[in-house]
Amino acid sequence: MPKKETKIVVAMSGGVDSSVAAALLVEQDYEVIGIMLRLWSEPGLETSNRCCTPASLAIAKQVAEQLCIPFYVIDAKDIFRDVVVQYFIDGYAQGLTPNPCLICNKQIRWEFLLNKALSLGAEYLATGHYARVDHIRSGKARLLQAVDKSKDQSYVLGVLNQGQLKHALFPVGILTKKEVRKLAQKDNLAIANTKDSQDLCFLAGSDYGSFLRRNSSCIEKPGPIMMRDGKVVGRHTGLAFYTIGQRKRLGISSPNPLYVLEKVMVNNSLIIGSSEELGRRELVAGRVNWVSGNTPEKPFKAKIKIRYKAPLVPGEVTPIENNRFIVKFEKTLRGITPGQAAVIYKGEEVVASGIIEVEHIPAPEVIPIKLSSEEP
Amino acid sequence: MISKFSSKIYLDYAATTPVDERVLETMAPYFIEHFGNPSSIHKFGQKTDAAVEKSRRTMAEIINCLPGEIIFTSCGSESDNLALRGAAHAARKFRNANHILISPVEHPAVTNTANQLFKEFGFDLEYLPVNEFGQVSPVDVADKIRKDTAVVSVVHANNEIGSVNPISDIGQICADYDVPFHTDSVQAAAHLPIDVKKLNVDLMAFGAHKFYGPKGIGALYKRKGTDILPTQTGGGQEFGLRAGTSNVAYIVGQAEAFRLAEDEREARHDKMIPMRDHLISQVLESIPDTKLTGHPTERLPNNASFVFRGVDGNELLMLLDVEGFACSSGSACKTGNPEPSDVTKAIGLSEDWALGSLRVSLGKSTTKDEISKFIEILPKVVARNRSTRSK
Repeated sequence: MPKKETKIVVAMSGGVDSSVAAALLVEQDYEVIGIMLRLWSEPGLETSNRCCTPASLAIAKQVAEQLCIPFYVIDAKDIFRDVVVQYFIDGYAQGLTPNPCLICNKQIRWEFLLNKALSLGAEYLATGHYARVDHIRSGKARLLQAVDKSKDQSYVLGVLNQGQLKHALFPVGILTKKEVRKLAQKDNLAIANTKDSQDLCFLAGSDYGSFLRRNSSCIEKPGPIMMRDGKVVGRHTGLAFYTIGQRKRLGISSPNPLYVLEKVMVNNSLIIGSSEELGRRELVAGRVNWVSGNTPEKPFKAKIKIRYKAPLVPGEVTPIENNRFIVKFEKTLRGITPGQAAVIYKGEEVVASGIIEVEHIPAPEVIPIKLSSEEP
Repeated sequence: MISKFSSKIYLDYAATTPVDERVLETMAPYFIEHFGNPSSIHKFGQKTDAAVEKSRRTMAEIINCLPGEIIFTSCGSESDNLALRGAAHAARKFRNANHILISPVEHPAVTNTANQLFKEFGFDLEYLPVNEFGQVSPVDVADKIRKDTAVVSVVHANNEIGSVNPISDIGQICADYDVPFHTDSVQAAAHLPIDVKKLNVDLMAFGAHKFYGPKGIGALYKRKGTDILPTQTGGGQEFGLRAGTSNVAYIVGQAEAFRLAEDEREARHDKMIPMRDHLISQVLESIPDTKLTGHPTERLPNNASFVFRGVDGNELLMLLDVEGFACSSGSACKTGNPEPSDVTKAIGLSEDWALGSLRVSLGKSTTKDEISKFIEILPKVVARNRSTRSK
């Protein structure tokens, strides 16, 4: 655990979680510095990135003043656009459903901001995430779920490596959301009364589809909607606008509900089918981060989360070549979505995080559709 | 709660100054005791009207003009706005002049006003060149000025790097062409003796909080006979050029603060200049890859500004703040912006240098001990920033 008199930078958003995180550290007598990152938003919608609106900036400043800590704003617009927004756009262009929060944590908060914190002489960077980090004596750090499982955010932090976790603190991870709210009230902290939002911060209220249309010219590429057997049943407006498991807005009438099963890039087709076809027993994930820094040699039993808000489900994890792993689930699972992270837990501990790859179901044989497939 | 570590030594007097206690005392009666509206007929109004007019006379005497040539405004920026907008629109109306000539090292209050006049109101906007110290040459003004120039604006002393411009010579050229000449003296008036006749200016902006007066009050000198249109309309206050109930207490405070600045000018300088010069020589000596920005001698007495190669100026400010020193990277209005400032670009610094700017500005209560402590810490902080940036 950190010593007293240690400098700690807290990433402050004006929200209740990071404000209470800062308050807790101040109470424990650490030398706390608040920092807010100025993130990118679409030109014309300047400063309206949800993470740093003028209103939340004003509140974060006020909280810092209440806590008597210095507070600074650091510009991260360019790097956020180049790294996070580009990842988001590229992901959709590749037929994936990317989770930009992962890359933001990995490269913006826990690399860009961490480096700023270290250069300010801080030993730790703290955030208002609901997760826990256990700095064990061997020098290793373990990433654990939050005590409040309903708020647990360890899923988006599984991308952190030992070098990052070594400097990480999550002060509210040992509390429930209710307790956090109570503490904010007790300290009379000025808190932004915003609801927990799951929208992406840079969409600034608009939906991801129209954001993509505005920011990625080649994304609107119509093509066929077809069944697994190759039967064309409709047209889609662009693969990016559909999500695996989606049932609504397909524009197809059928006696049984039909779901998006797969996006096939090679012929720009959207494969749909029944709910039975949606279920799968296996996934492959790549770009894996083994949190401990060591790749296990043998397959092992674990629990797996395939989306931020998905439940933990049991399965067997087998590390394979090229920094990937295979998960075999005990039961059929719906909603396995390429681009999202598969996060591996052993008990409360996060073991690994990998990006779900496109499944290898043989593409149906279809009559080639020229229009849609021959873009560079 | 007291912060365990935050700035304790203030070296940012160019951003703002504390109100002098003597100033506060003169203001105090005008909040409760003498509260009348100076525009009112009755005794209550007469009392405060007298105070306003006395303040006007005080300021007029100091800068060698008529009381009727002083317009009270809410701040330096408003004075710049009124001068530029007012003169530009009047010049268009009365003599069909549409050309605006400014330096590239103006305060944003001038630059952005000129830009709006250009973009939204169709004025031509032309920039004067500056030398490596950010100074405008009268020769270039003579070269660029035209019969249809609506207004010329050149900052008296630059707010970032402190260089003083040859205002009198520039003013003479403008007078020869019969073109109104505005200068932003918000920084300069806190330090330099002002005689509007000798300086050949038609318009001159002041802001009280730079000379130990309160924030939220300023003034514009407008030579009698110089045409400007009002930008804030309403009642007939300030000769119909700036409507709004007079901010009596602040007007009184501004005049007293300006009087003190005038009376104590030499004493303040005698104390500040040796400390400032010591600071500059020590910083240049102890930190490699460092340049003084602005003119070596023709600069504000309290300004020491530098650029450090390969340093992030904004991060440097945070580091200094955490170590207990409050400075600025130039204009306080620009903090947080990762772009190099217009001034550092205009004086020809490459980005490698321009991003690492630091402005240290001394005040009348700055001590030798504070400067020694600063000289001791700065090389360490610069070195730390360089080492983390090179990673």
